Amino acid sequence: MTSTAQATAATDMVQLLTPDGELLSDSEYSPYLAEVGAEQLRGFYRDMALTRRFDEEATALQRQGQLALWVPLRGQEAAQIGSGRATLARDYIFPTYREHGVALTRDVDFPQMLRIFRGISNGGWDPRENNFHMYTMVLAAQMPHATGYAMGVQRDQAGWDAERLAAEGTAVVAYFGDGSSSEGETHESMVFAASNQAPVVFFCQNNQWAISVPFEVQSRVPLAQRAAGYGFPGIRVDGNDILAVYAVTRWALEHARSGGGPVLIEAQTYRMSAHTTADDPTKYRTPVDEEPWGPKDPLIRLEKYLRAKGLADEGFFAQLAVDGDEMAARVRREALAFPEPTLQQSFENVYAEAHPLIREELEFHRRYEAGFADATTTDQQQGEPR
Amino acid sequence: MTTMTMAKALSAGLRRVLEQNPKSLLIGEDIGRLGGVYRITEGLMADFGTDRVVDSPLAEAGIIGTSIGMSLRGYAPIAEIQFDGFVFPGFNQITTQLAKMRARSEGRFGAPVVVRIPYGGGIGSIEHHSESPEALFAHTAGLRIITPSNPNDAYWMIQQAVACQDPVIFFEPKRRYWLKGEVDTTTPARDAFSAQIVREGTDATIATYGPLVPVALAAAEAATEDGRNIEVIDLRSISPIDFDTVVASVQKTGRLIVTHEAPTFGGIGGEIAARVSERAFLSLEAPVIRVGGFHMPYPVAKVEEQYLPDIDKLLDALDRSFDY
Repeated sequence: MTSTAQATAATDMVQLLTPDGELLSDSEYSPYLAEVGAEQLRGFYRDMALTRRFDEEATALQRQGQLALWVPLRGQEAAQIGSGRATLARDYIFPTYREHGVALTRDVDFPQMLRIFRGISNGGWDPRENNFHMYTMVLAAQMPHATGYAMGVQRDQAGWDAERLAAEGTAVVAYFGDGSSSEGETHESMVFAASNQAPVVFFCQNNQWAISVPFEVQSRVPLAQRAAGYGFPGIRVDGNDILAVYAVTRWALEHARSGGGPVLIEAQTYRMSAHTTADDPTKYRTPVDEEPWGPKDPLIRLEKYLRAKGLADEGFFAQLAVDGDEMAARVRREALAFPEPTLQQSFENVYAEAHPLIREELEFHRRYEAGFADATTTDQQQGEPR
Repeated sequence: MTTMTMAKALSAGLRRVLEQNPKSLLIGEDIGRLGGVYRITEGLMADFGTDRVVDSPLAEAGIIGTSIGMSLRGYAPIAEIQFDGFVFPGFNQITTQLAKMRARSEGRFGAPVVVRIPYGGGIGSIEHHSESPEALFAHTAGLRIITPSNPNDAYWMIQQAVACQDPVIFFEPKRRYWLKGEVDTTTPARDAFSAQIVREGTDATIATYGPLVPVALAAAEAATEDGRNIEVIDLRSISPIDFDTVVASVQKTGRLIVTHEAPTFGGIGGEIAARVSERAFLSLEAPVIRVGGFHMPYPVAKVEEQYLPDIDKLLDALDRSFDY
């Protein structure tokens, strides 16, 4: 399997569903679709559509001043849903800050994600509930964490034979982008992973743009080719083809779980929207640049296939639109109702154990704030220990 | 009680950690087969295996970053950075990730990794091998920073660092690795985050840590010839700093000298001077005086003796304090 995957990486891009919705066959990866039935295919589409609707609602919330910032993912839904749906619940995921679609596949509730962008939390959700780590804002800093986590997994699984590894093994996924592929920590994470043969899948969404800088500035060769330099398989996949992404990621995860070591996947996709809501893509790319990617839209592609094969009818798409609007309304309602954070919570979360400076500064802060209390509360607070 | 060098005490402390905590492991450059360039981990790979004592690829961000990842999986990594000046490729991981994991997770979990760093000069070495970067870490909330000055503290403080649920930067005064002392392996040393008065006195206080504790003690001894009875505080912990002990001493003596090898500008000494002026202003008979490195990259070995605080510089500082 390894040799095939490596051979694929250098020249080709795995594609199982063409932009016209035509299903292709691939001896290596098509078998992973054998068990994907109509319901799961509709589920893929539903995940992508809901993710896009969420993305639109969050963008609107930012425009309305309810979020400090939003990081759109439009165009990357297939790469995210396809890879996320390939993981098992026991696998552990290290996302970048744009993995809202992967989060959906890990059952992270959409409103929770907005806590980060509404200035309420730097973590958003509890990673231990769904094995989906917090967003990391420093590019590529999460990459060695993923490798290290996988090294921990190896130690937990010490002594397991191949059969048990294949059946019960855990894999780790490290998401990153074409921009962060240039960071030193990406390199180091791959060196450590190769050195330890750690069960980690490096999943790159090459969305062609690092804010304003095109891919060619980061690399002169497909990123998947770099895997050969580390000594593990690298696979280039059509990132707007959810079936190919799903199949390739399934293969990679099974390879990693069963003791085969790391895999690098480069999903070719396109950031159809801005880098963030603070970005202005008209400064660095034109509608002519964007135009070729329109017909490659991952949702259109799967919709064509579902309709052509009679796997989804008009009612399905109509109901999905209704469900999307309901989800968006709930996201908005819950996001606007988040409890406000307090600075006291910030004091409490710096250290696990008692810390004299934290205690001293928190006491100062309380006294200072109490000085602004009105006359009635001041009377009460005068009784507090100083 | 056993007499051993600080290097042996650290090694014995790490061995005890590996014996008692099955989730603990060591990772770093050359720490396995070689036993570390200072032989602190000598013999540990042979006794605990390559899963517990990991010879890592040569990459500091990778060492710290994978340690964070292993910590998130429930392990207790103790990472070794080979020399002080080589920690900076890992600085991003320490300051933006390790220090902030607990705050980012809203207190749900942290990454209690221990990072061991041999530090300080006076060993006649080449560039990047003699630095004291502790203030750069002390400015980062979320980290704890401790540094032993003697074998007994070294033996116990490394164990306390691993037991601590916060990340700890553990600075080892490399020129004191061969300092011998008594180690009591049955009675734990005091809390690693507290200071210790290592010489009681009444006339002035010298506060210091790590490699300069023996220098401060020698200066205090020399000062007796001038009829001065000097108190010496081994801070032991640089973040947090045990200000209660320092302030109580200053309230008794009225004079404070703070000394460290690191440059004085923006350093730990300045922080101590400011805090003491806030809490014990009326007790001070003279300004707090800092004795430390100059504002320059650590100088070449041939002139480092002129750069480093020594007994004479401390006696000079005491003179200035008493003359004020």
